[in-house]
Amino acid sequence: MKQIVAMDTENRRPIRWHIAVFLAPAVLIYTAIMIIPLFGTLQLSLFGTADNQQVFVGLDNFRTLLGDPRWSASFWNALWNNTWFFIIHMLVQNPVGILLAALLSHPRLRFAAFYRSAIFIPTILSFVIVGFTWKLILSPLWGVAPDLLGYVGLKHLFTPWLGKEEYALTTLGLISVWQFVGIPMMLIYAALLSIPEEILEAAECDGITGMAQFWKIQLPLILPAIGIISVLTFVGNFNAFDLIYSAQGALAGPNYATDILGTFLYRTFFGFQLQSGDPNMGATIASIMFFIILAGVCTYLFAVQTRLRRYQF
Amino acid sequence: MSQARSSTSRTVAAHAVLITYTVIALFPVLVIVMNSFKSRQGIFRAPLAPPTTETFDLVGYQTVLAQGNFPLYFQNSLIVTVVSLAIVLVFGAMAAFALAEYRFRGNTLMGLYLALGIMIPIRLGTVAILKLMVASGLVNTLTALILVYSAQGLPLAIFILTEFTRQISDDLKNAGRIDGLSEYTIFFRLVLPLLRPPMATVAVFTMIPIWNDLWFPLILAPAEDTKTVTLGAQIFLGQFVTNWNAVLAALSLAIVPVLILYLIFSRQLIRGITSGAVK
Repeated sequence: MKQIVAMDTENRRPIRWHIAVFLAPAVLIYTAIMIIPLFGTLQLSLFGTADNQQVFVGLDNFRTLLGDPRWSASFWNALWNNTWFFIIHMLVQNPVGILLAALLSHPRLRFAAFYRSAIFIPTILSFVIVGFTWKLILSPLWGVAPDLLGYVGLKHLFTPWLGKEEYALTTLGLISVWQFVGIPMMLIYAALLSIPEEILEAAECDGITGMAQFWKIQLPLILPAIGIISVLTFVGNFNAFDLIYSAQGALAGPNYATDILGTFLYRTFFGFQLQSGDPNMGATIASIMFFIILAGVCTYLFAVQTRLRRYQF
Repeated sequence: MSQARSSTSRTVAAHAVLITYTVIALFPVLVIVMNSFKSRQGIFRAPLAPPTTETFDLVGYQTVLAQGNFPLYFQNSLIVTVVSLAIVLVFGAMAAFALAEYRFRGNTLMGLYLALGIMIPIRLGTVAILKLMVASGLVNTLTALILVYSAQGLPLAIFILTEFTRQISDDLKNAGRIDGLSEYTIFFRLVLPLLRPPMATVAVFTMIPIWNDLWFPLILAPAEDTKTVTLGAQIFLGQFVTNWNAVLAALSLAIVPVLILYLIFSRQLIRGITSGAVK
């Protein structure tokens, strides 16, 4: 009935200008500053500079990036580092987030609000603060990290982690985990709270309590939320830049050991030291990042989300 | 009896894990703020000790205030954040109202088009955004940053606000229509006030990434006059890297305002993330 009325009014008033007026500002800003530049960047990646003129070069830039030894070594290094950065987040950040959320969601837990707020604090700090804070704490000049290890008798384990090629990236990954663990914690916490009491009570009647209850009842029900945090982590990690730049600079030292796609893009686009910036190669890297992120999001939308059953309560 | 004991030990274990993690989360922040009030000797001799009358020293803060241009950076950050936020909220709510209230051809498609930006980061268009800003003469202006952050914040704002706008009762709007109110009046007078709670949530979500962003200030507005706090702090810290007092003081000055804002808005933020779930 309502539909008919709506269609009726639609026929009587051919153009409803107010809809356009309501939509226009947001759509204009979004299209002009986000969508057009996104496609502009994809387009720029197909051009090269010759005699100060932009010439169409097809996929040559991509061929250079992936094939030319001067470029490909840095590119594959950045891509692998980025992948490792993502793996650390998936292996540490999300399980820790789930554990904290599971503990917090216990109905009779006291001080839950305090823990929740305190654990979320690092997430609101800027990368610059986080990067420098950890740089100072892990600095061998300042005794904080060795002193702390000394209290538990492990002082000999200390090395300047951020300065060593083999540890630097993992250390930065863990710093990033420290900063962002609040996000999976909150989202999983919300998902756990939305599970109706009756289901948990029914489980208790069947003798499923404690850990078994978590694994058999709660975990399957929060899988959609875990899917969402995985894709958020993926997008965030393959787009990361700020933390590495704050802690290690644009050169992503030591010896490019912490170079990820974001820092690689920045250096290529703007140039550094003796190399001058190259917008077309920068656009090429940005395009590859775009395709990686798009692939991740599509995998999530088509493969994960269609298979995960949504439970309606 | 045995069940009661096991539940007590489980509670103790849960608190132990949570306290441990809370300490891990807060400890670095605490060490920085504590040491910023100490003299250089105090910082290095006993980094884990709180400042005593002997080691108390404000020399770091004096350096920051004398050398850095922080009041200006702070003002820039504030302008950029507040204006972008206003644009995102007002234009976002308008678009959300259009999508939720009216049936028109392409409604779903428009919703999907606007939702695209939730997942695809605006950063990937940087090369062309810089070109656009150079062409329009907006490089090194706050306007460039405001435009970029508005575009960045709109998709999520529209997505969340559309959901909430759908829940507003039709009777209210139809009553307005019968009274002869225009669609604009209905939106601004009747609907907008009811959207206040979800708008507060969207505001917090939008605000944090804008305030903390380093990428766009670095690329679009690195001039001294337009530096934001985040970029200013980054450059200051890079220059004073050997002056530990100054670095610690600058870090503390950057942490404290955010922390105070968080303590004021944390309930709102947490309620927003867990909205609908907390019964």
